[in-house]
Amino acid sequence: MAARIGFLAPIVVYLAAFFGYPLVANITMAMREYTAASFYTGEAPFVGLANYAAVLSDPVFGTAMANTAVFTAASLAFQFGIGLALAVFFQRHFPLNGVLRSLLLIPWLLPLVVSGTVWRWIFDQEYGVLNQTLLGLGVIDSAVPWLSSTAMALPSVTVANIWVGIPFNMVILYGGLQSIPAHLYEAAALDGAGPWQRFRHVTWPLLRPVSAVVLMLGLVYTLKVFDVIMVLTQGGPANATQTLTTWSYSLSFGELDFGLGAAVGNLLIIIALVFALFYLRGLRTFGASPARKGR
Amino acid sequence: MAVRRRVRTAFTTVTALVIVGVLLFPLYWMVNASLQPATGLLETPPRWFPAGGTLDGYRQALASQGRPLLNSIVIAAGTVALTLALSVPAAYALSRFRMRGTGVLLFALLLVQMVPGIVMANSLYAVMNRTGLLSTYPALILADSTVAVPFAVLILRAFMVTIPAELGEAAMVDGAGHGRVLWSVVLPVSRNAMITAALFAFLFSWADFLFAVTLNSDEAVMPVTVGIYRFIGAHTADWNAVMATGVIASIPAAVLLVVAQRYVAAGVTGGALKD
Repeated sequence: MAARIGFLAPIVVYLAAFFGYPLVANITMAMREYTAASFYTGEAPFVGLANYAAVLSDPVFGTAMANTAVFTAASLAFQFGIGLALAVFFQRHFPLNGVLRSLLLIPWLLPLVVSGTVWRWIFDQEYGVLNQTLLGLGVIDSAVPWLSSTAMALPSVTVANIWVGIPFNMVILYGGLQSIPAHLYEAAALDGAGPWQRFRHVTWPLLRPVSAVVLMLGLVYTLKVFDVIMVLTQGGPANATQTLTTWSYSLSFGELDFGLGAAVGNLLIIIALVFALFYLRGLRTFGASPARKGR
Repeated sequence: MAVRRRVRTAFTTVTALVIVGVLLFPLYWMVNASLQPATGLLETPPRWFPAGGTLDGYRQALASQGRPLLNSIVIAAGTVALTLALSVPAAYALSRFRMRGTGVLLFALLLVQMVPGIVMANSLYAVMNRTGLLSTYPALILADSTVAVPFAVLILRAFMVTIPAELGEAAMVDGAGHGRVLWSVVLPVSRNAMITAALFAFLFSWADFLFAVTLNSDEAVMPVTVGIYRFIGAHTADWNAVMATGVIASIPAAVLLVVAQRYVAAGVTGGALKD
């Protein structure tokens, strides 16, 4: 018994210190006037729910919520759609299949800061390849300020984020497709089902559990996206790309009001938690909960 | 028939090449820009190929980002060591011992991976400040480990449960304790899972930007992700050097893909989902 505790004690202590404590600290911080000075004086007056009230009545709150929703929904829809199309495509047998599939993973492995930087260069108003190409082809008459106009910034940032997320969706969905027994397709083909019908009546229903997991994970990850937005726009211009994550950052580390930043962070957790519960319930429904899996 | 099929597969391969080309174009564009002279990047139409290229960008990148690159290596190596030290015994225990609470622990490991990084940064800042660790390597190593440890425990455990229990039991009959079984029986067969966990811990830490930009203000400790970020801010004209830094910062990912390709796919789904 003592040996067993010895094996588990470090991880339990670690989880308590590096997850338990910070989560609790964030809750108490959000109820205090916690500013830069608090770190030196040790004084952070209790203010109850005033930080939440301040955050919720801040005009940026509505903007950040809407941006977060649009950014997340659009990212998920396109990452999933493109990822699924690619996964289906790579089901075919052809030379170089394996090599090309693993090359597609690269965007997922790169540091997000690097990906963001590349997209910033592509979107550059004057010298970026996007504007130069579109101007050259006569699609647009004047350079589009992809990152510096309030109308275009959010779509541009979302495009970069979709690009980052495609490989993750593709790989998991590909794995899901591989586990669908081939004889089902053969049977459907014998019954006269065309490619679309086979997708609609075999692939899609059998892929549902995997799809649900991919979408839930994608959602939780997308809510957290920080690097891509920071490198591309820093939440600007005029909060046009401000999400709850970047706003929390700018309140804490820009305005040095950690109480407000913590309050926004907690709202983010609540949102993530609601979806995480959906995710876990989904896992349970589909009987694939890793937590209970004991092969 | 055979000819038609061959034409069809050839067509499919070409289609696949085009798809990959389009999706990887941003990477090509990074490499291309990194090899251009700074002035070559300010031309219309753009230079599509790095013909007559120069390594100026790389020279400038290494001159200004050498230290951050070294810092990234130190921090990532530290994260790998800490992550393995914490997660190997935990994974062993979770795969071997039937105890109350292991289910809760696994659930917690799954759930904490969903905590937004900004929340962690916010409160870790207070913790690091109180402990005097702000702007030190340990602060970043500890913070980065919070991303890697839950993932590593789950991935290692998922592998260790597949090791037949008899393997360890035989050793225990011979008088070996759990420590001995872990070290001499389980670890040797878990090599691949360990490599996967270590590679991903390295990559997570190497790619970290959020903790590096919040928990550190010392240039001597600054990793390359923040280096690039500041670099863009300060020299938006020197895109060749910025892109060269990007290419260098991508090397670990590329190496990982080449040397450990088969472990990568396992890692993508690992921890969160197993088939």
